[in-house]
Amino acid sequence: MKLDVLYFAWIRERIGEPREEIETGAETVRDLVSQLVARGERYEAALSEVKSYRVAVDQELVDFDHRLDHAREVAFFPPMTGG
Amino acid sequence: MLIRIQPAPFELAALLDGFGAGAGAIVTFSGIVRDDTGQMVALELEHYPGMTEKSVTAIAEQAQARWNLTDLAVIHRYGRLSVGEAIMCVATAARHRAEAFEAAEYLMDYLKSRAPFWKREIGPDGPGDWVEAKAADEDALNRWD
Repeated sequence: MKLDVLYFAWIRERIGEPREEIETGAETVRDLVSQLVARGERYEAALSEVKSYRVAVDQELVDFDHRLDHAREVAFFPPMTGG
Repeated sequence: MLIRIQPAPFELAALLDGFGAGAGAIVTFSGIVRDDTGQMVALELEHYPGMTEKSVTAIAEQAQARWNLTDLAVIHRYGRLSVGEAIMCVATAARHRAEAFEAAEYLMDYLKSRAPFWKREIGPDGPGDWVEAKAADEDALNRWD
């Protein structure tokens, strides 16, 4: 399946792109993270420490075990600092 | 209910004109860009277009379901905001002040930790550090369980 993967704040900076299309067979968010981290240094620097960031699937916050069955958009970002 | 996510400044007085008809109490909160270090000239706020509107609307709807509000408004800005500028505001209207105060606090607690905004400090030499989320802000959500 093809997923739109979005990156925000320091994750976007470390990866060097705000978004990209990823072809993946990942079943869960955790699988997708492993696939991305294996792409090399930039991804490792951004995504290897799962405690330091959050993930949303189709614009809803989810945990790393969330299944990607019908997902279209996955976003990775640091803990929010709104308000 | 009014929700606005925008880069432009806003006028609180204009927002309150006609707001909360029939209410006995209106509470407003405004968040202002402050300089804690003496080295900051602005904040840059990044957000997640689409998810921001969805999550702020969901937070506002939860507040409306929980308290008996006659009206509610959230304006949150993004982009580059200078020290002293308003970042955001919430306004709540209810028959009695306790509801209006509590709902405003609830909105603020959730907007801080669940609305997809990220702040970065801009110093005299350009972009500096991303503002880190505080554990205390995350803990603040527990009081609403």
